Amino acid sequence: MTIPARFTEPADTTVEAPPKAKRKAAVRREVGRSIPRLESHAKVDGSAEYIYHLRLPGMLQGKICRSTVPHGRIVRIDASAALAIEGVHAVITGEDIRTLIPDPYYGPAFHDQPILAIGKVRYVGEPVAVVLAADLHVAEEAADQVVVEYEPLEPVFDEVAATKPGAPIIHDSLRPAGMFPDLQYLKGRSGTNVALDARVLHGDVEKGFAEADQVFENVFRSRKVVHATFEPTVSLAELNGSNGLTIHTSSQSPSYVRAEVSRLLGWPENRVRVRTAFLGGSFGAKLYIKLEALVAACALLVRKPVRIGLTMEEEFYTITKHGATVRIKTGMAKDGRIVAREVETWWNGGAYADIGPRVSQKSGFTAAGPYDIENVSLINYAVYTNDPPAGALRGFGISQIVWAYECQNDIIARSLGIDPLEFRRRNILHDGRPHATGTIMTNAEIDEVLDRLSDRMHWDVLFDHGSGPVRRGRGLAIGFKACIAPTTSVAVVNVYGDGSCCVSCSTVDMGQGSDTAMAQIAAETLGISTETVRVIHPDTDVTPYDMATLGSRSTYHMGNAVRLAAEDARAQLLRIAAATLQTDIEELEYRDGAVISRSGARMTMRGLMLARFGMQAGTVIGMGTFTPPYTKPDPRTGQSPQITPYWMLAGAAAEIEVDTETGRIRVTKLVNVGDVGCAINPAIAKRQLNGAGTMQLGFTLFEEMRFNEGQVINASLADYKIPGMLDVPEDLSAELVEFPHEHGPFGAKGVGETGMFSVSPAIANALCDAIGVRIMELPLTPERVLRAIRESENRPLESE
Amino acid sequence: MMNETRRIIRFTLNGRAATANIAIYETVIEVLQRDFNLFGGRESCGQGLCGCCTVLVNGTAVSGCLYLAAFVDGAEVVTVEGLADRGVLHPIQQAFVSKTGFQCGYCTPGFILMTEQLLKRYPHPTDDEIRHYLSGNLCRCAAYPDIIEAVKAAANKIQAVESDP
Repeated sequence: MTIPARFTEPADTTVEAPPKAKRKAAVRREVGRSIPRLESHAKVDGSAEYIYHLRLPGMLQGKICRSTVPHGRIVRIDASAALAIEGVHAVITGEDIRTLIPDPYYGPAFHDQPILAIGKVRYVGEPVAVVLAADLHVAEEAADQVVVEYEPLEPVFDEVAATKPGAPIIHDSLRPAGMFPDLQYLKGRSGTNVALDARVLHGDVEKGFAEADQVFENVFRSRKVVHATFEPTVSLAELNGSNGLTIHTSSQSPSYVRAEVSRLLGWPENRVRVRTAFLGGSFGAKLYIKLEALVAACALLVRKPVRIGLTMEEEFYTITKHGATVRIKTGMAKDGRIVAREVETWWNGGAYADIGPRVSQKSGFTAAGPYDIENVSLINYAVYTNDPPAGALRGFGISQIVWAYECQNDIIARSLGIDPLEFRRRNILHDGRPHATGTIMTNAEIDEVLDRLSDRMHWDVLFDHGSGPVRRGRGLAIGFKACIAPTTSVAVVNVYGDGSCCVSCSTVDMGQGSDTAMAQIAAETLGISTETVRVIHPDTDVTPYDMATLGSRSTYHMGNAVRLAAEDARAQLLRIAAATLQTDIEELEYRDGAVISRSGARMTMRGLMLARFGMQAGTVIGMGTFTPPYTKPDPRTGQSPQITPYWMLAGAAAEIEVDTETGRIRVTKLVNVGDVGCAINPAIAKRQLNGAGTMQLGFTLFEEMRFNEGQVINASLADYKIPGMLDVPEDLSAELVEFPHEHGPFGAKGVGETGMFSVSPAIANALCDAIGVRIMELPLTPERVLRAIRESENRPLESE
Repeated sequence: MMNETRRIIRFTLNGRAATANIAIYETVIEVLQRDFNLFGGRESCGQGLCGCCTVLVNGTAVSGCLYLAAFVDGAEVVTVEGLADRGVLHPIQQAFVSKTGFQCGYCTPGFILMTEQLLKRYPHPTDDEIRHYLSGNLCRCAAYPDIIEAVKAAANKIQAVESDP
């Protein structure tokens, strides 16, 4: 690989980027190659395992009876009509759960969510009861026959309104979960819908505004959208012979499920076994507890295996992306430098916090953008409303934040008459400079991302905006994300008597290709070929702890754990050989299932096993644990010298056509550039960038959950459209910026979310470039665009 | 109340004679999964809109989550499991492997069966033809560019096989 020259002196700043010696990647055999995915055959012949298809002997199917009101007290539940239906085995309510689990509230941030509603419901679609039957059709019919009477309470849906005095209070009091170290600062609260207000203070923002030559202030909004994974969420629970419970589940976080279900039951963790298979997509939908506690409780109550698999409609009532309102105020100096930025964000977390407080805090502290700004103030409110719960969705809040700062940056650049690319170059946060949290930027290739965008878009070439009803425009945006910290991954590499090996880890392959990446890392370290490595799917009885498969953390964290485990196994094999051959370990190398010494001596696996176990059988177990360093931010100022193990940098640029008579946008070109460290498997990394970019394209142009008094009115793929082939831009491309990260496994960083960050503002900026119309709210539907066009022409369309 | 009218259907499933005792409201997907342990056809959206449930009935791709099992009585049904020939993948499957026309893989059997129908009608499809023909199959991971490449590679593979039998 050739490393291009990258540092150009910032033209009009006194900030000098410190010289950074870039390591040249060593010659690799397995890592860095686009090896076909290990499970390819199983995915094209229909045999790949998904939990949605698991059937257990004698199992009951559960169908959830859901709340029909957004906020209300449960007056009574009458299950008699449902129970009268032939084939109905049981109807379970929250009170039944309580006989087994006295305190049945769960959640990664707050213990606020009941397994089934108790006394009160907080959103339309909240699980109130479950009907169990051997036949799913019977369970479905009976679920409709459960009568629930509610005493309605006043609901609140808007995230800003929910924070105002006098707003209905959704939770009487809040109990922090205390499970994750990064959420230890959450406090017990009562009488408020604000679960968390997280702040970052850097410099003196008031002074910055006072000294600014010009101040810009805007409000940007994003609506709720949904993951719509094609394998719907599913969990099964069965009693096992060892006084415990086995949960088969489509989960991204099997280790967490084991811990949380054990806590709820008051059991030691070793009595709960959690296993997963391939996931048919996830994108953050299948994290923490979804159906696992419910099936566990049902199976224990009826002493039979229980399966609950959602329908696509029910996915809309289970977890969503956060809607957000972002107020952003920016002070500018005459020379086009940002001198102060204040961002206030209200995150619509819905009825239960899920992981919303972490979304608010983690994305919130990046809300000033990857820019060098002397005075920054960031405030984030994680807000309860009577919408369905919001949690993680690929990017963890970042795209809502980038939507605000990159749209506003374009507004400012245009207003000051500065080219949008040049505006960003002037303000970029270079390596070696402190971010608003005080953490120094390192291994963050923002300049390079901008350069590649500029090249791909031929930014310096005059652009034809067209004439007539169809106009053309182009736009770009950059964004960044900090990886979650602190978290731990543990891996085991097991080398068998014949030299073949298995990797045991709890990373879940939900489509991102982690099995192949982990196999490549193990193979590289052990000097064997990737195709011979087998990766064991998560099973908490077998695979060691992992925080979860989320936040683009697996390649870096689990990748390092797998590398360390393989190194450990290799070291053990070398020690056996060194003792037998009576030579220094430094003289030895393990490759292709044998140890070779510099002097030419060779020990095969047979010999190594004989030497170690006295026969040609045995196992060598290597273990690796990886926890990157982290310093908790000061709760008052958000300052931390070490807020993240690495930064993910992204840029997107788009060319669009907009039909000024219909408001319809057609994206003709979309470029996504991601700083990925060194890709373990470049083809998989690019596919992740393109896939994320296309998903965000849907969130930008048409995806939007629509509500009527808390009821989702488009909860199906008939009414909620996701991108299909005809929506994919003709010219869609992804580009990897590859500089080895000094602590990444073989230089790698995460990439799963990177392609989401910048797409929406790139398209909105292109729209403004095309017709001079600025839209502050996603999605950019034809109606919204047409209304804005007509508004700008002083002949507005009639309102709905 | 559920009116249990049951009937016996006989059909050809992946080239073999098959019999099933079905309820009249059951779909092809339910019966294939329950009675034949075939999970390559998958219900996802439940409305015939995503294409995950695609199966071939008398050579035509149908949405198996809507298509009633009663209607396949006497018909020839092919699922993705019936494409490989004694463990050797069909050229379309091979192309989806070589171009990695998938990520999570849940929608993949549907794309493969729809591609089978596409290439029968248009052995050398253009990009536009591929996009339009496969627009009824959705992929939430959006592996679309790789799927298009896989379809083109499959067309070339099939042509090579046919011109050199």
